[in-house]
Amino acid sequence: MAVVFERPKSLVDVSTHYCPGCTHGIIHRILCEVIDEMGIEGDTIGVCPVGCSVMAYDYFRCDMIEAPHGRAPAVATGAKRSNPDKYVFTYQGDGDLAAIGTAETVHSATRGENIVVIFVNNTTYGMTGGQMAPTTLPGQVTQTTPFGRDTDLAGFPVRVCEMLSTLDGVALAQRVAVDSVPHVREAKNAIRKAFENQKEKKGFSIIEVLSTCPTNWGLTPIEALGRLRNECIPYYPLGVYKDKYAEEVAK
Amino acid sequence: MERNLMKGNEALAEAAIRAGCKCFFGYPITPQTELAAYMAKRMAKAGGVFLQAESEIAAINMVLGASSTGVRAMTSSSSPGVSLKAEGVSYMAGSDLPGVIINVQRGGPGLGGIQPSQADYWQATRAMGHGDFHILVFAPSSVQEMVDMVIKAFDLADEFRMPAMILADGLLGQMMEPVSFPEITAKTIEKPWATNGHKNARKHNIVNSLYLQAPDLQRTVQERFERYEKIKQTHTEAESYLTEDAEIIVTAYGATARVAKSAVNAAREAGLKVGMVRPKTLWPFPVRELNEGCKNAKAVLCVEMSMGQMIDDVKLALNCSLPVHFFGRTGGVIPTPNDVLAEIQKIGGAL
Amino acid sequence: MAAMTVDFEKCKGCALCTTACPKKIVEIQKEKRNKKGYFTAQCTDQKTCIGCAMCAIMCPDCAITVEK
Repeated sequence: MAVVFERPKSLVDVSTHYCPGCTHGIIHRILCEVIDEMGIEGDTIGVCPVGCSVMAYDYFRCDMIEAPHGRAPAVATGAKRSNPDKYVFTYQGDGDLAAIGTAETVHSATRGENIVVIFVNNTTYGMTGGQMAPTTLPGQVTQTTPFGRDTDLAGFPVRVCEMLSTLDGVALAQRVAVDSVPHVREAKNAIRKAFENQKEKKGFSIIEVLSTCPTNWGLTPIEALGRLRNECIPYYPLGVYKDKYAEEVAK
Repeated sequence: MERNLMKGNEALAEAAIRAGCKCFFGYPITPQTELAAYMAKRMAKAGGVFLQAESEIAAINMVLGASSTGVRAMTSSSSPGVSLKAEGVSYMAGSDLPGVIINVQRGGPGLGGIQPSQADYWQATRAMGHGDFHILVFAPSSVQEMVDMVIKAFDLADEFRMPAMILADGLLGQMMEPVSFPEITAKTIEKPWATNGHKNARKHNIVNSLYLQAPDLQRTVQERFERYEKIKQTHTEAESYLTEDAEIIVTAYGATARVAKSAVNAAREAGLKVGMVRPKTLWPFPVRELNEGCKNAKAVLCVEMSMGQMIDDVKLALNCSLPVHFFGRTGGVIPTPNDVLAEIQKIGGAL
Repeated sequence: MAAMTVDFEKCKGCALCTTACPKKIVEIQKEKRNKKGYFTAQCTDQKTCIGCAMCAIMCPDCAITVEK
């Protein structure tokens, strides 16, 4: 018998600090599978800002930079501009990317920074114990929306891919999910495409991955996948929101 | 050596390029904008990167990213913008990253004004962000010193793996003076910690300021402070002027020191034994140099373009051995030599 | 012939693998806890395993190796 599935080499062989059933682990793995398949671990620089994934520098075997909260795209810009031949990615959560780091996100996108942004959207601030995120769904109960997100008080969720798809600097904006095997495969393909874009110097690629937070959602991991499927995906439809080069080819 | 007439802000930029700065990230703010404009013209030709960031916060974090990969990087701003950079500077200090930050000070607090000021002394030397740390702080007093100190700031930042600041002011930034650029023998400091892709030839590098175990964080900070102690021993600088027989020592830095020097000269002409000690490094503060300069002094006059900030360090350095008087102008008002002379005479009359 | 094996210490017992298996032969055993205190996943019938690796694809902890 031959091994048909094992841990990718660029994913350090340690147990993560993530809660049981947290799908960060799946996203880490498919990202590392892409890095392995492209053979680029030695030429890759990852940037992880504050959030549950802040300690991802212990999990990815490529060189890693920890960034201040929300600033990963700026840090990645500095790293990429000074090392245009390296692959630079950020791995950011929803609070990080769509609240405190909105300016950095929008402007790195509109500049067309040749980087890959992995945006993990689980509709909550996980690390601080489950507060309202910019992507928290209307009605969703969190620590800071104890009666459910009231849009009269707290406004509406940010749909990041839709928003960024209006910017000319964006090469690829795609939303995927990791609630099922087909979706995980699709997510991996999207990440691969984003890295290929960087290789071909096509500019800014963002892959928004709808993810779970069983602990702060107050659900079992299996129930959390159900919520992802039945509540999150309908509000945040999956798909390619912008693929600049496919559009150009089509023209 | 060739001498050029240059504006302070532009001289800072040219010196940085010659010191091997490969990345400049900035955001417009008066009175330092010429620096970014100069970089925009020159950097690409010099084989480097110029990028106008979306904010001061983004700019300092771009410096953090570039510096993490081992490249010499710089940002510049003026007082309100430097406040925004505080977050990034703290992270850089916590990650042991070099980098140069220029503050061409203007009046504060808040939006304050756009005239020269020295009201960010405390910020630069005490609280350039949260947490236990220091940055190197250089205080040029002429356009030539702006050149020399930028080069030194890059070298020492790399050597000690910490951010360095040039604390200038609007007067110096806007002033034109002849400068010469020394032949740069840029130090090549190995950076085995840099996150520039491990090429499968070494273990992966991590640039990081997070330590969740308290004893780990304590140890890291303590080690950093041991490094700071070494810098305090070896890298303080001050100019001593007519201190040998001086009974009154004027302390001033930056543009204010030029005014103070005129006042000292005028006081000497009037027969008063007055000298000056001008700190060139504000952190580390030149404690030894100040005490040497004050060996025959009976009183000290600290002159600043603020309500009195460096005076704290002067008092700490002298450790209550001498009375320390203060004269300051703030909000963008520049003291005149006559103002300072009058203060010297007041102190002289009471001796 | 195919086989899935679970790294006993890496598994956190989240059970996502159990939902992915088309043959319904992955379950959380209730007999032995690992050092972290979790009951872990196991294959109840290796002979039926087709080596599709769907369990491993859904594992957030890279605790599953599949051979075929």
